[in-house]
Parts: sequence; C-alpha cells; structure tokens
Amino acid sequence: MTELAHSSLAHLARLLDQGKVSSVELARIFLTRIEQHRNLNAFLDVRPEVTLAQAREADARRSRGEHGALLGLPIAHKDIFVTREWASTAGSRMLAGYMSPFDASVVERLAASGMVCLGKLNCDEFAMGSSNENSAYGNVLNPWDHGAVPGGSSGGSAAAVAARLAPVATATDTGGSIREPAAFSGITGVKPTYGRPSRWGMIAFASSLDTAGLLTSSAEDCALVFNAMLGFDARDSTSVERPDEDYTRDLNIDLRGLRIGVPTEFFAQDLQPDVETAVRAALADYQKLGARLVEVSLPNAALGIPVYYVVAPAEASSNLSRFDGVRYGHRARQFGDLTDMIKKSRAEGFGPEPKRRILVGTYVLSHGYYDAYYLKASRVRRLIAEDFQRAFAQCDVIAGPVTSTVAFGFGEKATDPVSMYLADLFTVPASLAGVPALSLPCGLGAKGRPVGLQLMANHFDEARLLGVAHRYQMATDWHRRVPAGY
Amino acid sequence: MSLTLADVHRIAHLARIEITDEQAGATAAQLNDIFAMIEQIRRVDTTGVAPMSHPLDGVQRLRDDVVQPLPDRAELMRNAPAQEDGLFLVPRVIE
Repeated sequence: MTELAHSSLAHLARLLDQGKVSSVELARIFLTRIEQHRNLNAFLDVRPEVTLAQAREADARRSRGEHGALLGLPIAHKDIFVTREWASTAGSRMLAGYMSPFDASVVERLAASGMVCLGKLNCDEFAMGSSNENSAYGNVLNPWDHGAVPGGSSGGSAAAVAARLAPVATATDTGGSIREPAAFSGITGVKPTYGRPSRWGMIAFASSLDTAGLLTSSAEDCALVFNAMLGFDARDSTSVERPDEDYTRDLNIDLRGLRIGVPTEFFAQDLQPDVETAVRAALADYQKLGARLVEVSLPNAALGIPVYYVVAPAEASSNLSRFDGVRYGHRARQFGDLTDMIKKSRAEGFGPEPKRRILVGTYVLSHGYYDAYYLKASRVRRLIAEDFQRAFAQCDVIAGPVTSTVAFGFGEKATDPVSMYLADLFTVPASLAGVPALSLPCGLGAKGRPVGLQLMANHFDEARLLGVAHRYQMATDWHRRVPAGY
Repeated sequence: MSLTLADVHRIAHLARIEITDEQAGATAAQLNDIFAMIEQIRRVDTTGVAPMSHPLDGVQRLRDDVVQPLPDRAELMRNAPAQEDGLFLVPRVIE
C-alpha cells in the first residue's frame, strides 16, 4: 500500500494500464492516508463518495477500451480552484461553505482526462502568504518537521504531496506560491508561463500574475499532467492563443552544452550557508552532466519585492471588491444601511492579510498616488522583465536558490508582514516577468529541512525546463526521499 | 511618507472595510513598514520605460457579443446570503 502511495504518477499509470491496480483501489489508498494524516490539516474538504464515484467512472472508461495517459490517476486541488462537488473557500471565512455552480477550467480539463479528485487543499487566505499561516482554517504542518511551516500559499498542496497523501496537486503561483512551498516541503513545483494555464474559475488574487501549476514528486510527473492541464481557453481573456504541445518531448534532453545562467544577485548576503551549499552542489551535478555554468546578472531583481507589493495589492483590492455580502460570501448579522452591511461583512469575512493588501492596493490606486506608485511599479516591472531577456541571450536556463533559508518555524515571521514578504525575494522576479520557473529538491539544510533549486526558462520554454529538471532527477535521488513516518 | 490614523480611516472607507480606532493604529504602523519597503522603487530612473501591465504585453481579446448559456438561476443563487423570489435582498436603498 505504502509502496503504491510512494510511486510516481508515471509508474501508477503503467500499473493501471496493465490492470495491476484499479482506479478505485488507488483512490481508497490515498483516501485512507488522508484520513490517517488529518493532523497535517492539508485537506479542507474530502468527500470519499464523490471521489469513489469518479474512480468507478474511470475504471468503467478503461474497461470500455480507453487508454488516456491520466485516466484513473488521483489528484487533489488547491482550494483556490472552484469545484462543483467540493466547497471552495480560498482559505477564507468569507467563502465558508461556498458551493460553486461550475468547475474551474483546470479542474474541468483534468477531470475530462479521467483524473480522480481526492478533495480540496488548504492554502493561505486568497493565496496571500508564504507560510500557510494566513488560512482561516488553521496551520498546515510540514511533514518533514511538524514545527516548520510547509510554505505558502499552496501549503496544503505541498504538505499533501510531500506526505504522499496525493501523487500530484494543483497549486497557484502569484509571487512564489508554488516554488516556495515546493522548496520548503522537499517536492517538485512548477509554475508555467503566465497565460498558458487558464485562470477561469481560479479565485482571483492578482490577475496579471496569477498562474496555475503543479506540485508533484518529479518533473516527469508534472510534464504528464501539464499535457492535459495547459492550453488555450477562450473564457480567460489573458489566455495565450498557441497550439497545444507535448510537455514530455524534452524529458530526455542532452545536457551537454546546455548553458545554465547563474545570477550573481541570487547568491548575495541574504542567502544562508546551508541553502547555498546544497544549491552549489546541484550546480556542480549539472556540470558533471555536461552543462556549462555562465555568470549572468539580474540587476533589478531586488526591486521585485517592492514592485510586487504595489502591483499585487492593487490588483487584489480590485478583484476582492466583489466580496460585498450581496450575491455570495459572508454577510454580517447586524448592520444598518447598505454601505454599513458591506463594510461589516468585509471586516468580518476577510482575515488580517487580505485586509492589509486591500488597504495597500486601495491607497496606491487612489487619486493622487496612482502615478507615484502603481504606474511607477509597472515601469520598474518592465526593467525586471528586460533583465531576464538580456540574461536569456547568454544562457538557456537560469538556476539559483528558491528561498534564502529552509522552512522557518510557526510564528517566526507572522507578526512582521515585511519579513514574511521577503521570503519571496528569489521567486517574485520570474512571476513579474511571467516566465516559467520550477523548484526541485536538491538537499537537506539546517535541522534536516529540505532545500530547493530554482530553474527558470524563457516564455513558453517549459518543455525544455522540465527536461533539464528531469535529467537531474535521473542522476540524483533527492526527489524520491519521503519524510520519516509517511 | 507616513500614514496617519486619519489616512487609514479614509483608505478603509474607500475599501469598504469597517475598522476600529484600535485596529487603525496597528494597521498604520504595518502599512508604514510596507510603504517604507516600497519607497525604494521611487528612486529608480524609469525615464522612457513604458508601464508593463501584462507579462507578455498581451492585449485583451474581445469575443463576439453572442448569447452563451450560463448555469441556471437557482444554482447561481444558491450561495446568496438573503434572497426572495429569485432576487438578492439588500437593505432598503431608496426611501
């Protein structure tokens, strides 16, 4: 049983295809593990009868002769994607018990491919956070060390995959919410190019940044699921119109001659020695595999955090204005007139972090400040994006740390918003530029907590990016390690 | 720049979030920390740099204005905090 739960998605797919296991059996194994490890608080809504019905349907499709690559494989969804059959809360009290009238595009595509949904995963409220401590439904424990945060905002997704409660989970990345929890939880996390996955049905935080992606135990598994998950969607006005592609096509890429750009700015004073040691060892492994390291510069990368904390709150304040207690969401019990009802409903429904960001966003968009903050930040954002284009003229992928430290403890940063924001120092630049980026486990640092290696590629180059990650995972075994007790 | 309590109350009103005087004090301190961190972008020379609002400089697509099916009315209304006869209820706004 444990052996199956520890298997890669690719291996489970082969077993299903050979008839050695059924989709219903797989679903039961993971549902049992979810129940056994409820103390992690990774899942917010589990409905075994719905999951098993989907699994039975997948088995029926297979018995009718269907052979889809993902048919019958289990997946769990971050609670930022709306679903018809599970509540969709975005980790917020505002949406407690909310039942969506439709499935998000990503959910719909994966269900059509025959994937079986195990339930909905905890996350920071409206995906705002780097530790999952901002969820209205409680902290998620890091399976490697219950005293450490799993990272955020996709903390439930990360803990579930790290503990093998699900072989793969959807996640979203606005400034690092896939890569940072992947690094903290010792798993593989991939954010594709902005606009490649549909945002339709993803509860909106910052629309020019929000990107759906995956947390898995390997780059290969991610490539398999991307084939079904990514693609044009007319319902998302920023979805990119490009033909579908096979994301597994470069998995056997030859690394000889590959130029890996190493940005000097990512190895500055903030980087802790344990993380630096593991990341440099991974770079040395790449050299052994034939890749060449090239020094590159992203001179404006350090401006990423201040730019992000203007742009993202501005967009959030606009997106979250829809929560007014009228059509759906929390409504205060006691109120006077309509404005009072809205103000009280929002005061009660939103937690401290969304409120802070709404206030920052409202201010930077307000009369007299728009040019000085929002417009200015949008200009600096272009400088950051241009740095990437200059760097990619000299290299094929860029490599560096995901975070400057391993996972921190509960409460360590929770009272100081700015120190929490700085956890995303190395992940925000790729988000602002919209380029694909991933995190893969490359060692253990202080207190035996995992370290992630970040790889970034140019727009629409995710197939090669996944190949570069896969070759490393063929030569090393960090991605196969499972935390003790799971 | 430093936000005062009055500024925080004004912003909270614009954002339609009720806030007490006590909360406004703590919020002012946190917002001032955040803006102190943001301040560094104001020193960057961006002469001649166009603002970037979409990472691929994409333009919003427009679709043809045609009728499309939506989930049925009952489904759309099932999360409403208060409703009657297929309508969302709010406090009286016209006397």
